[in-house]
Amino acid sequence: MTQSTFNPLPETTVRGTGLAGARIGQTMSEQIFSQAAGRPVKVGDLVVVTPDVAMGHDSLTPSIIKIMREELGIQNVHDPHQVVLVLDHVAPSSTVAVANAHNVIRQFASEQGIRLFEVGRGICHQVLVEEGIARPGQIVIGSDSHSTSYGAVGAFGTGMGSTDVALCWGTGKAWFRIPETMRIRVSGRLGFGVYAKDLALKLCRMLTIDGATYEAIEYQGMSWMRLEERQTLASMAIELGAKAGLFSPEGLEWNTISTPDWLTIEDTAVYSKTVDVDLEALEPQVAVPHHVDSVVDISEVVGRQIDVVFLGTCTNGRAEDIRQAAEIVRGQKLRTRLIVSPASSRELQKTIADGSLNTLLDAGATLTTPGCGPCMGRHQGTLGDKDVCLSTGNRNFRGRMGSPDSEIYLASPAVAAATAVCGSIADPRTLR
Amino acid sequence: MARIWKFGDHVDTDQIVPGRFAPFMRPNEDVGSAAFIEAHPDFNKQAQPGDILVAGENFGCGSSREYAPLALKRRQLGAIIAKSFARIFYRNAINLGLPIFVDAVAVEILEDGEQVDLNLVTGLLARSSGSIELPPLPEFAQKIVQAGGIAAYVRQTGKFPIGTSS
Ligand code: SF4
Repeated sequence: MTQSTFNPLPETTVRGTGLAGARIGQTMSEQIFSQAAGRPVKVGDLVVVTPDVAMGHDSLTPSIIKIMREELGIQNVHDPHQVVLVLDHVAPSSTVAVANAHNVIRQFASEQGIRLFEVGRGICHQVLVEEGIARPGQIVIGSDSHSTSYGAVGAFGTGMGSTDVALCWGTGKAWFRIPETMRIRVSGRLGFGVYAKDLALKLCRMLTIDGATYEAIEYQGMSWMRLEERQTLASMAIELGAKAGLFSPEGLEWNTISTPDWLTIEDTAVYSKTVDVDLEALEPQVAVPHHVDSVVDISEVVGRQIDVVFLGTCTNGRAEDIRQAAEIVRGQKLRTRLIVSPASSRELQKTIADGSLNTLLDAGATLTTPGCGPCMGRHQGTLGDKDVCLSTGNRNFRGRMGSPDSEIYLASPAVAAATAVCGSIADPRTLR
Repeated sequence: MARIWKFGDHVDTDQIVPGRFAPFMRPNEDVGSAAFIEAHPDFNKQAQPGDILVAGENFGCGSSREYAPLALKRRQLGAIIAKSFARIFYRNAINLGLPIFVDAVAVEILEDGEQVDLNLVTGLLARSSGSIELPPLPEFAQKIVQAGGIAAYVRQTGKFPIGTSS
């Protein structure tokens, strides 16, 4: 943040119709945009600010460069430190066209002095968190809808199209409307065999695919969650249509990253709505084809035949996901194909070090380069006609992973592992 | 005259242009040729410049891929009228200068295959039986659409179409 001396708190008094003299708090989004704008802002304001980070990945960067140069007539990025590039979507390249596009990106990065994370380093959203590039209190935009993931560390992360990202690269700036915020509060803890992914799917079920359109989400009562669990939830904020999905950094252990003291959840902030979820009552959840909000309790789909299980993505491709799967698979033979795509090279290394990767390979799984893998259906496991996949990813739209005649179920890594062992959808709680 | 192409709720970006048909995967082909290639082959083959797409709730949900609205712009779609739009699609469509209207009542009334005339300036949509007045876009969005997109606007004026802070 460049305006780090600005403190919005004392100035935001008495808004709306509260008691005279009562202080009305700010949502996390209002706090972050007040800092960036250098003045107190509130819901509905349109602001032009300087995002801290503007990320581009291989799939869209060539078009972003083209828009910046040809449509905006700007040859060089405004601030090379603001820009980060990641080769993850179709990496390593699958065709000559993709290889050429990667080379265009490499050339651009070196001539502009921009950080580039090469093929195999990992999925953009994982890499930016691991590298400490996305930090609490920042504004991080990306050419990717799952940029809501940065909310896991308390950053306002949001996805934008190529033109918005090109504008930011060329001018340093982006426009925003300060969103309303809905809060999601949980009570209790996740039971045996139930994970953050089940909560993410449950929220899709409760709120539906457009339940949070134009709004930000604040996740509250979850300061006990590990970073990985927060990433799972924040990545799927977009599946509710949300603009951002923010966790307070409270409870996270940082080695090097400090949290700005102005960033906090304020009880007196105004929320558009509050959604309460009792975790004690939560069962493993499964999204059935072809909508992310077509979600059922696992008991309704146990036994459905599955051809291939995909363990990966920015939602659930981290070491702890692979570890959870390995615990269930240990000593068994797989009855489906199992494709494992670690979210990053570091996460892959962790699973090599603790043996969990080997457990999966012993059982018959196969490994792809760290990155998006088959999540978008472009390579490394594209689905054919009539293929039925159970994925730990975040989208099951028709044709997402390949043939429009294929089907995708979404679930937690534990359900994925149990399913790979049984050959049909299985409840991990019954296997242990 | 323009034909109405009617769609349901939650049309996602994978339906508009499947990821496998992204410009990145097919750099030498016009992305417009992939519009609804799998989800609505009739639209893909027959839609004419000026035709109007009418949809239910949450049109354009899913990914941030701007090539979804770009494909519709390349097909010279006259306008999109929906009950509501997904956030990123709405933003991308305005940024590209694609005329979009939010009007739930009009969506209920209009029928697939109907021939209409749309005046983009007045928002007046003439049908064989009467006419419908569509609500205008927010002011900043109108500026962008009139300039032919936000890139053109910023290039022409040297500033963003909103606020004073730029
Ligand atoms: S893993 Fe899938 S959802 Fe995540 S960034 Fe890659 S393609 Fe997108």
